[in-house]
Amino acid sequence: MLSRVADAMYWMNRYMERAENYARFMDVSFNLSLELPPDVSEQWQPLVVTTGDWELYQVMNKTISKQKVIYFLGFDPKNPNSIYNCIINARENARSIRPEITKELWAQINYLYYFVKDGLAKKIWTKRDPRMYFDEIKKGCQLFWGIIDATISRTEGWHFGRIGKLLERADKTSRILDVKYHILLPSPQDIGSALDIIQWAALLKSVSAYDMYRKLFGKLTPSGIANFLILDKEFPRSMLLCLEHTALSLKMISGKNSGYSNLAEKEVGILTSQLEYADINDIIKTGMHEYLDNFQIKLNNVSSAIADSFFSIENSITKM
Amino acid sequence: MDVISLNISLYNMARINIENYETEGFFDETFESDKTVKPHYKYFADRLQKMGIKRLNLLQHSTDRVQMSLGMTFNVYSDNQGIERILHLDIIPRIVTGKDWDYLEKGLKQRIYAMNLFLDDIYNDQKILKDKVIPKELILSSSTYLKQCIGFKPPKGVWVHITGTDIIRGGDGGYYVLEDNLRCPSGVSYMLENREILKRTFPEIFEKLAVRPVANYTHSLRDMLESLSPVSPASIAVLTPGIYNSAYFEHAYLAQQMGAELVEGRDLVVKDDIVYKITTKGLKRVDVIYRRVDDDFIDPEVFRSDSLLGTPGLFRAYLKGNVVLVNAPGTGVADDKAVYAYVPDIIKYYLGEEMILPNVQTYICNRPDDQKFVIENIADLVVKQTDASGGYGMLIGPKSTKAEQEEFVQKIKKNPRNYIAQPTINLSRVPTLTEDGTIEGRHVDLRPYVLYGNEIKVTPGALTRVALKKGSLVVNSSQGGGSKDTWVVDNI
Repeated sequence: MLSRVADAMYWMNRYMERAENYARFMDVSFNLSLELPPDVSEQWQPLVVTTGDWELYQVMNKTISKQKVIYFLGFDPKNPNSIYNCIINARENARSIRPEITKELWAQINYLYYFVKDGLAKKIWTKRDPRMYFDEIKKGCQLFWGIIDATISRTEGWHFGRIGKLLERADKTSRILDVKYHILLPSPQDIGSALDIIQWAALLKSVSAYDMYRKLFGKLTPSGIANFLILDKEFPRSMLLCLEHTALSLKMISGKNSGYSNLAEKEVGILTSQLEYADINDIIKTGMHEYLDNFQIKLNNVSSAIADSFFSIENSITKM
Repeated sequence: MDVISLNISLYNMARINIENYETEGFFDETFESDKTVKPHYKYFADRLQKMGIKRLNLLQHSTDRVQMSLGMTFNVYSDNQGIERILHLDIIPRIVTGKDWDYLEKGLKQRIYAMNLFLDDIYNDQKILKDKVIPKELILSSSTYLKQCIGFKPPKGVWVHITGTDIIRGGDGGYYVLEDNLRCPSGVSYMLENREILKRTFPEIFEKLAVRPVANYTHSLRDMLESLSPVSPASIAVLTPGIYNSAYFEHAYLAQQMGAELVEGRDLVVKDDIVYKITTKGLKRVDVIYRRVDDDFIDPEVFRSDSLLGTPGLFRAYLKGNVVLVNAPGTGVADDKAVYAYVPDIIKYYLGEEMILPNVQTYICNRPDDQKFVIENIADLVVKQTDASGGYGMLIGPKSTKAEQEEFVQKIKKNPRNYIAQPTINLSRVPTLTEDGTIEGRHVDLRPYVLYGNEIKVTPGALTRVALKKGSLVVNSSQGGGSKDTWVVDNI
């Protein structure tokens, strides 16, 4: 497949995953803001920090407010990672590889494109309750994944798309855990209080993990939740599972079953096995933030290795 | 977004009142001047009457939505990047009788056969110039005559593989060729998608009328492209300038329908005069390129050095015969509006035949007598720049101001080689749904598509472009034009 096409498949999926995550973050944060007692300040700043665009936010805004954050993350055409721009970019990538995707998939991404354009024109962020809007984005993205799974052949393009989606997902899960874990670690008098439980539940909900966690582990504990989001072997948004499936897709692309045949496979393999043999108690002991920070650096290395191995021209010429 | 699934029974079945329709003295494809319906439109008109105007408008509305959801959009050059519009599809079809079509097909085949002989001649022996049938300087001075192609013989001797000839019908009901479009004619995707949409809009009418199918086009296109390469199976690519090009939808559509690779210039690399595409698993050879990038931009080493759309070395690989380019570079010279005036002579010279499908009378401003006539009668004529297209660089005399006319007079005097003029032709009209939901006559042209590999094939259908603005004669999409599906119907 053309390197450019692989690149566009990867980014189309990556942007869609980002849009879906943001939509869920916003929905959960909005819900949470309704349940907080009046004396507790709303946590909109950590949400922006989670997305990695806190610096840009500060350049563009003097103060923090619910409405400003919703605009910045959901609609702002000047924020390259706003949901609006994620959908625009995903659609632009889709358009550039139109012959590689199905009519159904194209129609769905086009629907979302007109939906966010319309949302910006209608100034949805000024509405009292924008949750319907974000819910529609989330559902639109989920339909997109469904159409991919139901209509796209499992050839290279599908795998590059899946890799884009999984790396984005691992990144977002690690970031939200990183930001929230410290804020939520309770002071002794709060342990087990209603507020405490609501907030940990919100963290799980923002990565669609609440129902699955509850079913399997019941009681909400900080270490249990961290273990679930980092190291669970079955949950589709855990960092480990995202990496395991990335490794599988890379193997399908190279066609080699053992060892590694390019830098991307090597990097992913190392990072995956580090997670496979990790213990949540060790992670907590050495420091959650240090651990997740380190993980994000390695994840970035994986992304660069994939770009170098498959998307760049120089590499292709040497493969002749 | 299925057109047929809409609940139309909610609407009143107001009959369509054709009593209000006025042909206004124009040649109408549907109605005689006394408002009786022409035989080939009879069945359609009856169905329309039964359907009612409200339902018709509803169907029109769903069509707009289908086009949006399919992303059938184009960027207009003067707009900012990212501004996309749909090419409005008017759901009332333009119907052509099988008899008329067979005549058009014969005329087109003759014309395209002759134009290919002409191109092969002017890039090789130049007999037609030596015999002074066409003034030498007219060809050799043309900016579209590519000296780099002199002496080249493309596979099968064919230069123009894909044509989209512009045909109009005048007040006398006769068909005329307006432009040959031998470079990178666009619009065929609209012919194909319009048909798909209308089949969903009027299924019961298609069931009854034997409309000649067009869906074979992309298969024929692929077969034609494959036939040009000695390699089998040939690796085929469609070369696009990218997503901001106004015809990008079409490039992607054709690549997808043919199962060819859609590439941009940066996806290709030339090594040892062989063209490769850059893939995730190294370089893969390309044999045939249906390029939708203009001659000037295909190779910065040979043509415009500032082009980012092409691939360095592509032309070298082409001259060595290592890759086939479709259409061949250099065909633009036969598309020059001044050369157009000589097409009757070209046909006669190479085929010894009279032209079947006539030209519109054309005044060449480079000829002193013609120039004088044009300047004196500019208010009644259409003046065109010889190397422009897309409805740009033209003056429609009867619709222009004195100042605009004076501007063109000066332009003609300054550079007569660049201008031709033609009488203003009142293009034929077809009933069309207006913005306020009524039916009025609008002017149309006709663009059939012709393929030439082993043989010349004319697809029985066309893009009918329609000037949506009341009274307008300009059908170009960049100037407020829309489209109609074109039905060739036998046995009526």
